Amino acid sequence: MRVIVERLSKTYRDRDARQVVALEDVSLRVEPEELVAILGPSGCGKSTLLNILAGLLPASAGDVFFEGERRPGQPLTATVFQEFALFPWRTVRANVEFGLEELGLPAPDRAARARQHLEVMGLRDFETKFPHQLSGGMRQRVGIARALAVDPAVLLMDEPFSALDAQTRTLMMEELLGIWERTRKSILYVTHNIPEAVFMADRVVVLSRRPGRVLDVVPIKLERPRVEAQQGEPGFIQAVDRIWGLIKSQARAALMDAGA
Amino acid sequence: MATTRVRVEDRAAFLTRREHRIVRVLALVGLVVLWELFTRAGWVPALFLPSPLGVLRELADMARSGQILTHLAASLERLLLGFGLGAAAGIAVGVTVGFFSLADAVGQPVIAATFPIPKIALLPLLILWLGIGEASKVSVIALGVFFPMAINTYTGVRQADPLLIRAAVSFGAGRWSVIRKVIIPSALPMVFAGLKLGAGTALLLLVAAEMIGAESGIGFLVLQAGNLMETTKLMVGIVVLSVLGVLSHWSLGRLERLIVPWRHT
Repeated sequence: MRVIVERLSKTYRDRDARQVVALEDVSLRVEPEELVAILGPSGCGKSTLLNILAGLLPASAGDVFFEGERRPGQPLTATVFQEFALFPWRTVRANVEFGLEELGLPAPDRAARARQHLEVMGLRDFETKFPHQLSGGMRQRVGIARALAVDPAVLLMDEPFSALDAQTRTLMMEELLGIWERTRKSILYVTHNIPEAVFMADRVVVLSRRPGRVLDVVPIKLERPRVEAQQGEPGFIQAVDRIWGLIKSQARAALMDAGA
Repeated sequence: MATTRVRVEDRAAFLTRREHRIVRVLALVGLVVLWELFTRAGWVPALFLPSPLGVLRELADMARSGQILTHLAASLERLLLGFGLGAAAGIAVGVTVGFFSLADAVGQPVIAATFPIPKIALLPLLILWLGIGEASKVSVIALGVFFPMAINTYTGVRQADPLLIRAAVSFGAGRWSVIRKVIIPSALPMVFAGLKLGAGTALLLLVAAEMIGAESGIGFLVLQAGNLMETTKLMVGIVVLSVLGVLSHWSLGRLERLIVPWRHT
């Protein structure tokens, strides 16, 4: 599935009724089987962009299209959230079944599909546990399993690993890449972490500070499957430097902005 | 400067709180024993304060004669009916007013205006409308339970995590799915807090209603015993009421553990 974002803008009114431009004239594409990272300093509207793509927020101007083959009933998108957004009253398996319930699958099919995805994420022994009984990394595994279980055309990820500690994050990134190699789903991956974006993505879309505009699109030409050792390669370091160069001044401005 | 070597001590030791399990039990037992001794010593006449053993004996007598059961059954029926009706209505109104903005606009001011009325003041009006029978007693209890339930449920609904609601919608949930699968489970802890609050109110209103124009019930028993200076009987009524209060609180707690397991495991 291809995602086409055309001249997307989003303005809203803040508490003091002032117009705030979150996104301005953003155009980008995610090709089939591509992993695109959206990167920008805090307050660049990257989460807003993802919410619009997920149909959770109306755009002020512009359009979003999904183009390509789609099975009947297949959801366009499923989202993995930064703070996991698991339902605390549901067990791990019931969380994974949530989207399947809304798709109208009968209970035995839901259970089978949930188990299959829990198995892939190494959560087989945790299906009857509640989210609060799991570590952060395990919770986000549930979040990923829940999103993959509905077999979306495009997977949206909103800073999925930024609430995790550094070691867990590294492991989860590799795990996610492994899943992506197998499923070859288009993924739109929002992050503020430059090495993370470079390590994961085929292309990195760099957004500016508010109002969010596309500063540049940086293609990452590192070999796949990616391994940790590539983080020392010149290509990796050059890409990181180039992106940092693009947003350094912006990030500094964001740091000094009391209202951010 | 002289070199010193100082061991670090736990300066927060006095903040540690212990359970004092034995003291907990002894405090209650001690109170009853003290009361018994007091009355035995004859420092207070039994007419004013009967001894705990005397109250127990009276309770046993009344249980054997079936007298206490008749009163208890009458009270329980009013209590359960009133509590059930009030709680159900309160939850329904709380969810509706909490979720739908139009219902909020209508319900909020109405609830704010009627909530401060002491419900017992409405009993004469209810008797006028519904007669002196069971209906007026049940409805005054239901009214008393309705408000804390509606307000607590409303608060619980409003406190539902917007992120979870968004997550549900992102996985295809519509309005009713969101209410059933996100809003109501989110509100459950507040609903149970409301139920516990309502149980106390229900008991209070039950006794009050039974003291005004009833021929049965624990409240009636207490009032009648007081009029006849049967202090021991009166105390039996009070003991039964307090047991009823403790029991309702305890069973609601158990029910909460059963229905809201994610908060306790």
